[in-house]
Amino acid sequence: MAENTPAGSTTDGAIQVGGPQQPIDARVSAPASYDVADFPVPHGREEEWRFTPLQRLRGLHDGTAEAKGGLRIEVSAPEGVTVETVDREDPRLGRAGKPVDRVAAQAYSSFEKASVISVPKDTVLTEPVRIAVHGEGGVAFGHQVVEVGSFAEALVVVDHTGDATLAANIEYVIGDGAKLTVVSVQDWDDEAVHVAQHTALVGRDATFKSVIVTFGGDLVRLHPRVIYGGPGGEAELYGLYFTDDGQHQEHRLFVDHDTPHCRSNVVYKGALQGQDAHAVWIGDVLIRAAAEGTDTYELNRNLVLTDGARVDSVPNLEIETGEIVGAGHASATGRFDDEQLFYLMARGITAEEARRLVVRGFFAELVQQIGIPDIEGRLLGKIEAELEASVG
Amino acid sequence: MATLEIHDLHVSVEAENGPREILRGVDLTVKQGETHAIMGPNGSGKSTLAYSLAGHSKYTVTGGTVTLDGEDVLEMSVDERARAGIFLAMQYPVEVPGVSVSNFLRTSATAVRGEAPKLRLWVKEVKEAMERLSIDPAFAERNVNEGFSGGEKKRHEILQLELLKPKIAILDETDSGLDVDALRVVSEGVNRVRESGEVGTLLITHYTRILRYIKPDFVHVFAQGRIAESGGAELADKLENEGYEAYVKGGAHS
Repeated sequence: MAENTPAGSTTDGAIQVGGPQQPIDARVSAPASYDVADFPVPHGREEEWRFTPLQRLRGLHDGTAEAKGGLRIEVSAPEGVTVETVDREDPRLGRAGKPVDRVAAQAYSSFEKASVISVPKDTVLTEPVRIAVHGEGGVAFGHQVVEVGSFAEALVVVDHTGDATLAANIEYVIGDGAKLTVVSVQDWDDEAVHVAQHTALVGRDATFKSVIVTFGGDLVRLHPRVIYGGPGGEAELYGLYFTDDGQHQEHRLFVDHDTPHCRSNVVYKGALQGQDAHAVWIGDVLIRAAAEGTDTYELNRNLVLTDGARVDSVPNLEIETGEIVGAGHASATGRFDDEQLFYLMARGITAEEARRLVVRGFFAELVQQIGIPDIEGRLLGKIEAELEASVG
Repeated sequence: MATLEIHDLHVSVEAENGPREILRGVDLTVKQGETHAIMGPNGSGKSTLAYSLAGHSKYTVTGGTVTLDGEDVLEMSVDERARAGIFLAMQYPVEVPGVSVSNFLRTSATAVRGEAPKLRLWVKEVKEAMERLSIDPAFAERNVNEGFSGGEKKRHEILQLELLKPKIAILDETDSGLDVDALRVVSEGVNRVRESGEVGTLLITHYTRILRYIKPDFVHVFAQGRIAESGGAELADKLENEGYEAYVKGGAHS
């Protein structure tokens, strides 16, 4: 399997396009494919669509969305990193994995240019690569590839702001022994719709750490997926979301353990407040028969701050071999209720401070995972602002 | 000297068929340094008194006054009351997920004292207070009341009492659900705070057991939403022997 993992920013023709075989499990209505035509238009009853309000996808799911919108992408990268805009035919595209649902396939079928960001092998970046994606309204499709050569180390921040109806996928192709940390911030305006599949192909002994931070948008549906290209790979998937009035924020994770001695750890936490705030978390982990020595754990916690919010949290672990180190999952949704508020206030703490204390405490361990001070600061600022909106 | 004055306090709760009056004219004065035991049968309104003084929104004050050193307590929000010096040790302390004990204690001490305690002194202060209450230091990193046993929750309440040093401490059935050892540890904690002479204590209890450890200056029998009888420690002995029978039948009036 190791040959599936590219080393460095090579365009070596030996790289198998399509990556490893995609799982065909009972929960998806069609096999993975690059072509949107291979997926029926969802009607909302399908397992992978049943939580998503299709009418709010603005046609991304049924082919009616036309790419007339504006999207500004600015990449600032430290020296040694190459940033290219490439055509659809570029062989470096599509290696991490195929789109697994209709919108992801629509994005793949519709983008005109893709960006490829390459960190050469053995390069250790000390500064993050920053990708600023700013929506200027309207429908847009996109595709990005971040490839990290063997034994390279990189930190990438993808920052989504503005207004857009965006279907865009990102591929992370991580070479042997490489380390990639990606922070993806969804800080959209209130009207934005964002659907994306983030697929990571983790090379032999490579480490992938993903931190997904979702605040904004009308509807955000992200599909982080991990596939291992060789043994010894490690994936840490962290996520935090703050879902407000009327927002739909959906994170659907899939970790495909098809390779021995790989690890994965998933921790997603969300706070919700306001009428019709809806958070969905799906955590699928599949340990295939070949994946002996797998060690995996996934956790989702939700904190409901007010009435009227809704959480759907579905952890799902399938194990096809007993020869593993560990596998577990947990999901819990709790309320910050009037009694908790009373308890804290009865100790002199103001209502505002009480909420802040609870939410900050709740998110603290994840915020620490980000490791980029300006993003952490902005995040804490966002949390404060969200809380002020709810108290005021 | 701090004085809590409760005068003709009437309190209702919302019930299915409209408001139901629970407190029906409570009169009580608690001065700094004094310990008042409030005893009474279940449903007599003891806990309602405790929560009403702390300002819980479930209880509506329909009449009467409560003042602390002349300040109108009923006008204050829950946190203002706490900062003014009223402390309620709860019968059922609430779990607060995501907030560690250490963070909680420091935040509340900062709020009540009006400034953040100096970190080095604070760490020592908390450590010593925890030791005195036989609280495992690992508790500091656990979430507030989450997974605590009944006894641990009560010790945690008394820990806060020791750290926050209120003017008026209301202990709502702090003894309930405690075994003898835990009761002794908790009582010793309360006594340490009382010995300072700076706290007026309102000890609400169903049983006389805790009064072996914490000697009250006054004992009040609570029945049907008001104080039915008041006396010294000897009244507790009478209750120990005779129970609340005489009060629940509705024959007694203060």
